[in-house]
Amino acid sequence: MSNKTATYDKIKQGLKKRRRSESRFRSIGIASISVGLLFIAILFISVTSKGYNAFTQTMIQIDVFFDPDVLDPNGSNKLESIARGDYRAVTRRTLSNTFKDVSSRRDKRQLYKILSSGAQFQIRDTALKNLSVIGTTIPVWVTASDDVDMMIKGVVDRKARPRVRRLSEKQMNWIRALESQGKVERQFNTTFFFGGDSREPELAGIAVALVGTILSILICLAFAVPFGVMAAVYLEEFAPKNRWTTLLEININNLAAVPSIVFGLLGLSVLLNVFELPRSSPLVGGMVLALMTLPTIIITGRSALMAVPPSIREAALAIGASRVQTVFHHVLPLAMPGVLTGTIIGSARALGETAPLLMIGMVAFIVDIPNSLTAPATALPIQVFLWADQPERAFGERTAAAILVLLIFTCLMNLAAVFLRRKFETRW
Amino acid sequence: MPCNSDIDVSAIDTRRHSTAKHQKRLYVERVVIGILIAGSTVAVLTTLGIISALIFESIQFFKLVSIWDFLFGMQWSPQTAIRVDQVGATGAFGAVPLLVGTLLISAVALSVSGPIGLFSAIYLAEYATPATRRVVKPILEILAGIPTVVYGFFAVLVVAPLLRSGGEAIGLSISSESALAAGLVMGVMTIPFVCSISDDAIIAVPMSLKEGAQGLGATRSETTRQVILPAALPGIAGGMLLATSRVIGETMIVVMAAGLTANLTLNPFEAVTTVTVQIVTLLTGDQEFDSAKTLAAFALGLLLFVITLMLNVFALHIVRKYREQYE
Repeated sequence: MSNKTATYDKIKQGLKKRRRSESRFRSIGIASISVGLLFIAILFISVTSKGYNAFTQTMIQIDVFFDPDVLDPNGSNKLESIARGDYRAVTRRTLSNTFKDVSSRRDKRQLYKILSSGAQFQIRDTALKNLSVIGTTIPVWVTASDDVDMMIKGVVDRKARPRVRRLSEKQMNWIRALESQGKVERQFNTTFFFGGDSREPELAGIAVALVGTILSILICLAFAVPFGVMAAVYLEEFAPKNRWTTLLEININNLAAVPSIVFGLLGLSVLLNVFELPRSSPLVGGMVLALMTLPTIIITGRSALMAVPPSIREAALAIGASRVQTVFHHVLPLAMPGVLTGTIIGSARALGETAPLLMIGMVAFIVDIPNSLTAPATALPIQVFLWADQPERAFGERTAAAILVLLIFTCLMNLAAVFLRRKFETRW
Repeated sequence: MPCNSDIDVSAIDTRRHSTAKHQKRLYVERVVIGILIAGSTVAVLTTLGIISALIFESIQFFKLVSIWDFLFGMQWSPQTAIRVDQVGATGAFGAVPLLVGTLLISAVALSVSGPIGLFSAIYLAEYATPATRRVVKPILEILAGIPTVVYGFFAVLVVAPLLRSGGEAIGLSISSESALAAGLVMGVMTIPFVCSISDDAIIAVPMSLKEGAQGLGATRSETTRQVILPAALPGIAGGMLLATSRVIGETMIVVMAAGLTANLTLNPFEAVTTVTVQIVTLLTGDQEFDSAKTLAAFALGLLLFVITLMLNVFALHIVRKYREQYE
């Protein structure tokens, strides 16, 4: 009797310990998942909080006198002659007239620095849009310099030391004066969305990179989808099981795990040096990305084909269709949503790919939107990489904003893939 | 049967007609299959292209620098000669510091993603309700879809300064380009990868094993630890090897967050450089194509390709063999 109780007690004691270890094990699991989720949250919050500022830009309103003596000295009132006018002088004179007490050359130089170097071009564009402004004084909104922008946005403390703030006490006074007249405003940053790269953060935009990315992805799809589907159909539907097809299969699986930078080396050595295709072009970038996404498309394509039940094939074959007809009329159309999902996932990966594009020289300073597939271009992730390296504070928020755009595109594509899978998923 | 003769004739006619059509169809189909075969060779051509390009350029490189110096040299300092007769004009191309740096960062990364990924998988497979699983898994997968350049930016912007100030607070000097920062972020990147492969391996363990253990009175954690994990070990190990190969080949995070100068150390608080970082630094910017510097990048690429290929082949072999075991 007592022996039995002793055993029971022993088990009971052990049970407590075992339950504790059970709950410990469970909480380790929860903690691991939380770490992953927490990281996602931190990443998105830090990028968003830094990036959303770049969607607005500080603008300053100045009353510009479009002096005909400077802008159109021969009085022709023609577009060509007005386009060549000295807008820098006009901009500077406008600033000096706004702050009449600034006299020394040194102060004037400081005064000019509160505006972006792009301000003169905005004034020129105003004039060219409407030639009748010549000879009149009208208020024009121009871009403030990046240091003013950072201060207005509160990224830099107004009370910070001038060295940190990068704005002198005098410059602060001028800006305060403009602010009190309501002539400083944060407006939607069109430059960021429609401009090309620039050395000045306030003039830098992502349009060129975005166009480069879109062109590269289109090229990538144009190459990868046909070849990927062909390979998937052949391997899944027609290939005999022999040594060659086994080799092909192993090869594709391994190709999917080859580091992306190696594809870049392939592009550099074969596409650029052997075939002498144009360097930094979306054509080469797209081809390299296509080689990278090909295995993904083949693998997902095969599993989509495999998911089509044999009864479909048997029914088609039974009424006299050939194997090719069976595949192209019945199996492939049914597998298409799966193939499409794989394609979207593959291109979402290609969208964020940076390293192989670095190898083929798409890492260039490009101001103009590429007008052909062979023109030098850059890509959005590369723009992020380039801006992240810039020392100016204002580039920090632009990098984060470019990342936001990149993430939005990636998320949209992945969502589309999920949606397609849900919508067209057939339960056989 | 005379009344059938008409039909017979037409039937023969149809057959003759259809044979001709059939012949044509056979021909077309043979062409179609030929095109399909041609399409599927692109993948093979890519592999051949990679191998031949890397080997060809590497041979050029090994004409300038001996292969032993490359594989076992302890110094990496590829510099361009300003004068032809300059001392050390060829630079030093010893890959050991790069490999050690790569391994150091990979070790940090795997010590993050290994346990976190594995425990997440265990929780999702054994404990979580189907509803939780449906929500949490796709969210974790987001980590895998984020472009690596974003991780790089995050490592530079958030993780490295945090580590630096944290290190200062406890009296450690942590370099702002430490192997730790790059490794940690890379580890987070591979969490979903490890998690989904471990998840597959755990789910593939037959229910009978699990039910047997629980029938004997084992708790869930005991079942998991003593029955499921040993049974799923080959699959998990294969997954870890695949994750290692991915971490070794990862480029952008280390380009942005790790150092540029080769430093032979095992201290994760110091800056180290990796194989991929050096490939990028050697090949970006304008260089003559046949200089030892650019060719060295291809030799490094070959090294990277061989290492990752071996890991992948081995890992895929393990995973496949394990799957067959329970099928």
